Amino acid sequence: MHSNSVRFLPAIFFLVSLTFVTPAVWGQESPYVVTYDHYLEEPGNLEIEYFSTLGTQRSGNDFHAFWAEFEYGAKAWWTTELYFEGQTTFKESTLFTGYRWENRIRPLKNEHFINPVLYFEYESKNGADKILKEVEGHDVQADFLIPNAEARKEHIHEVELKLILSSTVKGWNFSENVLAAKNLSNHPWEFGYALGASRPLAMKASATRCSLCPQNFVAGVEMYGGLGDRYSFGFKDTSHYLAPAIAWNLPSGWTLRVSPGFGLNGNSHRLLLRWGISREISGFGEMVTRMFGGRR
Amino acid sequence: MKECVGALAVTAALLIASVAFARQEKSLPYKYQRDAPVYADLAKAPEKARAKRNPFEKDPEAIAAGRNLFEQHCSECHGNAGDGSKKGPSLRAEEVQNAAPGAIFWIVTNGVVRRGMPVWSKLPEPQRWQLVSFIKSLGPPSPNSIEKKSP
Repeated sequence: MHSNSVRFLPAIFFLVSLTFVTPAVWGQESPYVVTYDHYLEEPGNLEIEYFSTLGTQRSGNDFHAFWAEFEYGAKAWWTTELYFEGQTTFKESTLFTGYRWENRIRPLKNEHFINPVLYFEYESKNGADKILKEVEGHDVQADFLIPNAEARKEHIHEVELKLILSSTVKGWNFSENVLAAKNLSNHPWEFGYALGASRPLAMKASATRCSLCPQNFVAGVEMYGGLGDRYSFGFKDTSHYLAPAIAWNLPSGWTLRVSPGFGLNGNSHRLLLRWGISREISGFGEMVTRMFGGRR
Repeated sequence: MKECVGALAVTAALLIASVAFARQEKSLPYKYQRDAPVYADLAKAPEKARAKRNPFEKDPEAIAAGRNLFEQHCSECHGNAGDGSKKGPSLRAEEVQNAAPGAIFWIVTNGVVRRGMPVWSKLPEPQRWQLVSFIKSLGPPSPNSIEKKSP
């Protein structure tokens, strides 16, 4: 493992252990892995998530990329998130690939037919990053053929902006994300998109508490891909994926997600099998405030 | 002497007014004073939203389902009995209990984002109405909660 990872491990273990000892709340989470809808984290709550992506690689070694995500509701209109990510490329090595800090801000106070959310992210990662949390520019599967030992030498500082548009109509959520990303080392702006549609399997809640009730499941589909860069905007030399997805929101506060993503062209990985587990901790902000002697 | 009597009269009037005001303050639980701006948002519900009827009105199943939803999503801020907490106002207040079901539905859907309540449109519409059924079934505040939370 890369030595960078050691710096973050105690903090990650501490935060993950919190999921088992603190009260959880039952979230109505969407099944999306890549696409964002307009729903932000409830204020004061912390959601801890772990995600895995198993990717197949043409003419190379398959990989398992993973990330831990700490999503905090700073305000009802502002959610901030920290990611730590890594990957294992089979027959090569396992390494920590970097971190990212993202913020989502809801500018409008009421619900509208289309609800915008503004997204700002900073990424500090190395060239071996394979989590594919978004696909941008001319990202293609051949980029992943570079061996870890080589790829990790490249340090990437990137900013990413997204416009998230999302609507909920008769139980269906439709989300459209457009992104613009800039590697700060004199690279051009790159663009990408993600689209999603989802719906709970039942619209009415049942009168009894149950784990397997259909209202606890939300099913949907995502499509995402790159749109080239500033000098060559479009679909040429870009990769695209279609991914059915399902989330199971358990009354115990845990959410499980599974999403097999299928590459839509020769530039894409054939399969990106993703799964994740998350738990939302209620009153995290209050707990921290109390810890430092404050009162809320 | 005349000035002295005048000053005394003004002082007495202020004293009486402050005692009366203090009594009035004491008769209102403090949480109602704190939460008044939040309740005011109920009045902002458009007429069309306010006029909407709850499709589950008086449906005991909907109240039971709404209770489950409330425990899962709302009790963290509004308290297990809906009496309110540090994070959210009481839903047993007369402002809420006397509000039109459509107005409560509108608030659940839109939230009061600037005051910390998130939007809940991610719950399908029938589930939001089930929540409204439960909230309307809560009734007025329990005497214990008023005593407990009054200063």
